[in-house]
Amino acid sequence: MANLNTKTISELSDLLEQGKCTSVEIVNDVLAAIDARDGKINAYLTIDRTSALAQAEAADKARAAGKKGALLGIPLAIKDLLNVKGQPCTCSSKILEGYTAPYDATAIAKLREAGAVFLGRVNMDEFAMGSSTESSAFKKTRNPWNTDHVPGGSSGGSAASVAADEAVAALGSDTGGSIRQPAAFCGCVGLKPTYGMISRYGLTAFASSLDQIGPITKTVEDSAILLEAMAGKDEMDSTSIDLSVPDFAKDLTDDHSLKGMKLGLPKEYFVEGMDSEVEKAVRDAVEHCKKLGAEIVQVSLPHSKYAIAVYYIIATAEASANLARFDGIRYGLRKDGADPIELYGKTRAAGFGPEVKRRIILGTYVLSSGYYDAYYLRAQKVRTLIRNDFVEAFKQCDAILAPVTPTPAYKIGEKTNDPLKMYLDDILTTPVNLAGICGLSVPCGFSKAGLPIGLQILGDSFKEVNILKVGHAYEQTTTWHKQRPEFS
Amino acid sequence: MSINGKYEACIGLETHVMQKTQTKMFCGCKHEYGAAPNTNVCPVCLGYPGALPVLNAKAIELCCKAGLLLGCKINPHSKWDRKNYFYPDMSKNYQITQADQPLCLGGQIVTEVNGEQKTFTLERIHQEENAAKNTHDKAGSLVDYNRAGTALMEIVSTPCMHSADDAFAYIQALKLIMEYGGISDCDLEKGHMRSDVNVSVRPVGQEKLGAKVEIKNMNSPSFIVEAIKYEIERQIEVIENGGKVVQETRGYDSDRGETFSQRTKEDAHDYRYFPEPDLLPVEISGSQIAQWKSELPELPVQRRERYVKELGLPDYDAKVLTAEKSISDFFDAACKKTKQYKLVSNYMMGKVASLVTEKGIRVVESKLTPEALAQVADLVSGGTIGSSAANELIEILFTAGGDPKVIVEAKGMAQVNDDSALEKWAEEAIAGNAKAVADYKAGNPASINSLMGYVMKQSKGKANPPAVIAMLKKKLDT
Repeated sequence: MANLNTKTISELSDLLEQGKCTSVEIVNDVLAAIDARDGKINAYLTIDRTSALAQAEAADKARAAGKKGALLGIPLAIKDLLNVKGQPCTCSSKILEGYTAPYDATAIAKLREAGAVFLGRVNMDEFAMGSSTESSAFKKTRNPWNTDHVPGGSSGGSAASVAADEAVAALGSDTGGSIRQPAAFCGCVGLKPTYGMISRYGLTAFASSLDQIGPITKTVEDSAILLEAMAGKDEMDSTSIDLSVPDFAKDLTDDHSLKGMKLGLPKEYFVEGMDSEVEKAVRDAVEHCKKLGAEIVQVSLPHSKYAIAVYYIIATAEASANLARFDGIRYGLRKDGADPIELYGKTRAAGFGPEVKRRIILGTYVLSSGYYDAYYLRAQKVRTLIRNDFVEAFKQCDAILAPVTPTPAYKIGEKTNDPLKMYLDDILTTPVNLAGICGLSVPCGFSKAGLPIGLQILGDSFKEVNILKVGHAYEQTTTWHKQRPEFS
Repeated sequence: MSINGKYEACIGLETHVMQKTQTKMFCGCKHEYGAAPNTNVCPVCLGYPGALPVLNAKAIELCCKAGLLLGCKINPHSKWDRKNYFYPDMSKNYQITQADQPLCLGGQIVTEVNGEQKTFTLERIHQEENAAKNTHDKAGSLVDYNRAGTALMEIVSTPCMHSADDAFAYIQALKLIMEYGGISDCDLEKGHMRSDVNVSVRPVGQEKLGAKVEIKNMNSPSFIVEAIKYEIERQIEVIENGGKVVQETRGYDSDRGETFSQRTKEDAHDYRYFPEPDLLPVEISGSQIAQWKSELPELPVQRRERYVKELGLPDYDAKVLTAEKSISDFFDAACKKTKQYKLVSNYMMGKVASLVTEKGIRVVESKLTPEALAQVADLVSGGTIGSSAANELIEILFTAGGDPKVIVEAKGMAQVNDDSALEKWAEEAIAGNAKAVADYKAGNPASINSLMGYVMKQSKGKANPPAVIAMLKKKLDT
């Protein structure tokens, strides 16, 4: 069977189950696609062919011995900040160049147990700080739909690899939109689960109170499969929540009806300066959901307009402490100095890129004596107001529909000289992380220039079932997700 | 307490106590002293990317129990904070601690200072993680992360002490309570208890505290006393000479007996505390506190009272015996096997204590068991052995161990009560000491002692003294 790399997890799982293909064949097809076009896309940082094939062989043997499961033998691309034992974990930073992860993240351990194959590490913004993957210290990943454009970020490598069929599915992380935005830019499905849904143990921290691991896939069903495999309480992460994990994938029915569901439309999320093509595609999607039986209600999220300011205080404050451990003493890059302080200075000056330095300095500043109350404490209070808006809104609806980004993917280099402009693009995604709720990005159209547009579906905490249901019904009654970029 | 009638010193202690937990504060690594460097480590305590802290429930329990023993209020809602600073002893370059909502609030220590009972008030106890151990030599610096992340409580007093003696008494009392409470072994050699000492001086009658000098990280109580004495004198001298005491951190040089400036307020760290997002706040229910209260062990002051009231010991004995937990525990165990409490107490404070000093080991490290000591007391009270034999027996038990009765038998230590043997010795004594006999008969009863001495010598100390006296009197008076 040809081009197994173009198929979804659920399709491959069926083929494997029926004995129509092997995991080794899937891995070989994915490797062939990488060989054919990653030279142009630059999604991958490292590929471990020998290990991937060995894992695939082991999965095939396990299947022959009677093991089952939707992820048995499925290769995945992993964002380079998730620890996979024995593989690099650079976070796209020079400071971790040459570092080998000594342990599996909990999410990885669960997927390993399910038989998934860890095929390679994909590019990202350095320490997940960025929205275009341009802050990677190693390479510029390109958008498979138009290689002059960015893939989004920070999980740009994850989204680009899936869009280019260089991966069956990928894992990313979302701190302020880092899964949903690149998924939207690359025409993929991206899920940011509720905070606490998936253990963060082994996810290199950017902003601990905002980070979540999540899937980037070709379909909503595939995201449901990966979520189910990774979710649940972990003794190693105090912030993970003890809830019984629903059978997310099975709950997706084939009737594609949204009858009885109320979908909220926040007036504040169709922001000024929004691209008209994006607005039209999202409004069309809302109409489509209405046709599927959903009732559309107006909701208001008045404090979301402060989300960018709040986000860039809280996220950078946490990051300034989280990134303090990269000091050249125990692992990673070291630039020697006459004393520890000089060693730290030299190591961090050489190891961190400009965006990371900018955020560390900003975070250090907002926590400084005399400024804490005015910035950090105040930001936490506004964060509560943003969260309360959502609590109120979800009293009126089962899910909220909104755009993911104000525009489709922009050109490489277009915003790198204006960090503030790039920060503002996170306006529609950061409130979700601040509120701790879940959000899904599904393809809902293309611009005239042929760039994908995403629909954002937001759900209340631990109501992933709702957004997956809406996303699945929308996706299965539209064809956007079936379109693939062309490669010459 | 004023100094020269003009000044008053105010002293506060921040005492770090390492808790007796089996594992570290935020990971499952073993908490063990003396392991090969960097063997009890994992991604969490080494600060590897992606690692997260998880609370050690036992540490929380011990911290709260320490609080209950010290009369603190247990905070029903406490939280964690990050204290940011760069140093190789802190693997994450921030320490997880408690800034504004610690586990325990208030509390006090009541103790005697030079015979006077004093109450020293506490501000708080918070839980945090220990730092790694740095070693510096000419070749460079080494870091051992075995200690990194072990459970550490900080017990903060108010500036309620006014002399080095106060501080010494406070530390001794705190150490005893921690030991008795099973909170910490308080082994100073192993760094289980270290104090930062805040010293300020103000004119008598002034309410506002003087500029505070902090002397960091001292584990020896005697050094703390010396440092405080030096610092009080130094500060008074500065003021007397028309100067101003500078708020600063000072170190203590034990060789020279002096404190020296380390850093002033201007270059103090900005720790940039903020709530630790990786840990949930700690909620402690009233029923949990009640449970912990019911499990609290007896404190030295309560034990001292029990020794006096229930065992009938003099207060002096009770105080000496409770001064060290292992001794008091040994005494308690012995008293479970005999009713001769005072005899046991005498041996603990006498022969056993001198053996401890002489051999340089603690009683629990010797071969002597509480059961054996109880038997010795019974053998003495029952008249089987005399007091010199008892001391000899205790020494054998201390160094070699064994069954007291078997040893008494084997070494022939039993007293002689046999009348025919006593009669023979008495007759010999009377026959050979004409002067003493004459003196006795002339009305000097004390001269019977030299006759008695003769008998004891002849019997190699085994004759039962009261029986000897009786026999001598019988022979002389007839």
